[in-house]
Amino acid sequence: MTPLLSVQGVTKHYGARLGCGDVNFDLWPGEVMGIVGESGSGKSTLLSCLSGQLAPDAGKVVFDTRADGPRDVLTMSEPERRMLARTDWAFVHQNARDGLRMGVSAGGNVGERLMAVGARNYADIRAQAIDWLGRVEISEDRVDDRPRAFSGGMQQRLQIARNLVTGPRLVFMDEPTGGLDVSVQARLLDLLRGLVREMGLSAVIVTHDLAVVRLLADRLMVMKGGRVVETGLTDQVLDDPQHGYTQLLVSSVLQV
Amino acid sequence: MIRISDVSKSFVLHNQGSAVIPVMEGASLSVAPGECVALVGNSGAGKSTLMRMIYGNYLAGAGRIMVGDVDVARAEPREILTLRREVLGYVSQFLRVVPRVPTLEVVAEPVLAAGGSAAEGEARARELLARLNIPERLWSLSPTTFSGGEQQRVNIARGFAHGFPALLLDEPTASLDATNRAVVLELIEEAKARGAAIIGIFHDAEAREAVCDREIDVSGFTPARAA
Repeated sequence: MTPLLSVQGVTKHYGARLGCGDVNFDLWPGEVMGIVGESGSGKSTLLSCLSGQLAPDAGKVVFDTRADGPRDVLTMSEPERRMLARTDWAFVHQNARDGLRMGVSAGGNVGERLMAVGARNYADIRAQAIDWLGRVEISEDRVDDRPRAFSGGMQQRLQIARNLVTGPRLVFMDEPTGGLDVSVQARLLDLLRGLVREMGLSAVIVTHDLAVVRLLADRLMVMKGGRVVETGLTDQVLDDPQHGYTQLLVSSVLQV
Repeated sequence: MIRISDVSKSFVLHNQGSAVIPVMEGASLSVAPGECVALVGNSGAGKSTLMRMIYGNYLAGAGRIMVGDVDVARAEPREILTLRREVLGYVSQFLRVVPRVPTLEVVAEPVLAAGGSAAEGEARARELLARLNIPERLWSLSPTTFSGGEQQRVNIARGFAHGFPALLLDEPTASLDATNRAVVLELIEEAKARGAAIIGIFHDAEAREAVCDREIDVSGFTPARAA
């Protein structure tokens, strides 16, 4: 078996300042990897480099493509990378407004992704959109409403539907539950976990919420100042942290 | 099935003056299929620490922890994940679940994770929940709002749902009434009968004598404290 994603020595500087340095890991099919660290630790920079939104200064991001096997995403042509981003990848932004078209109806937001990969039959697209809205618990009578009329939690669920409708194999999530109140977070976590299992998705989740990674991630990577300071099984890193920074992070969580 | 040799472990507290606390040294034991071994020793002797190391939850400092043909002390996270799905089960003292997931699904999940069908998982979950006297009207609810004893029983049902060849049990009979305690002891006997290797921590001496074939005193693995 080959890893779905193999990250080798990815480094990004902003001028003289390090964004992320020499990051290496393999992500296997069906695996969920969490990346934690405080603000400014390089988690989001890394996620942007992995998902092709930002060009790193050095390193390789090798993705196991359906057609040609493992290929370095960074050396692909722009159209190839865009196609991959539409068919095999999904990106769930922290702020749903960054991942949605706010002026287009909920159904349109989901349907647009389908049309981008070649769907043309209006009735089919609408039926699939409604099916996906149902899966993320948005009722059918809201299909023609614009996301502007949705609550924050609904917008986030709509963004997830829009991203997963094309059956991607790899999902990047940047603080998917950030800014939502806890009851909505729980609902979203439950939903994500179900989808990951049913669809056999692999995912990379960036968050600073340790409770979220404990429930969602199989493996964990801890970043500080642009460097990876510790990696391992999620429960092992959280229950028996080895690095001083991770120990501080874990012991700083307030108990409820 | 489980073979541990010369395992040691220290905790290093980087934020507290880099204090090094050695907690285990030269731990060795082995458990055959169909055998149940109790870890005994005073509180703080390292029973839970040893168990957590076997599960890969704590990192071993040195030594070998063979579960089947995987050395947990050296395995990649991916190998440990597979081991936990298929081979090695762990019943902890506390239930940790995603909020909102119904009890029936919580219990069936290990069956699905090990490759069983949804129907198999549900059938097994129904059987175990009924045996452990969880009222059927609660099955469709999330266990997060259940009482402590009910949560513990859901946790046990979940732990026994898949027929793991190796099982770790941390106080499985704690906080249970006599009826349910008897059910748990039956489940342990059944697991032994199908050939599972079991390591358990039982503060309940009667339960220990009922199901365990041997005792291992972990205080023998406690490093001598420099006074």
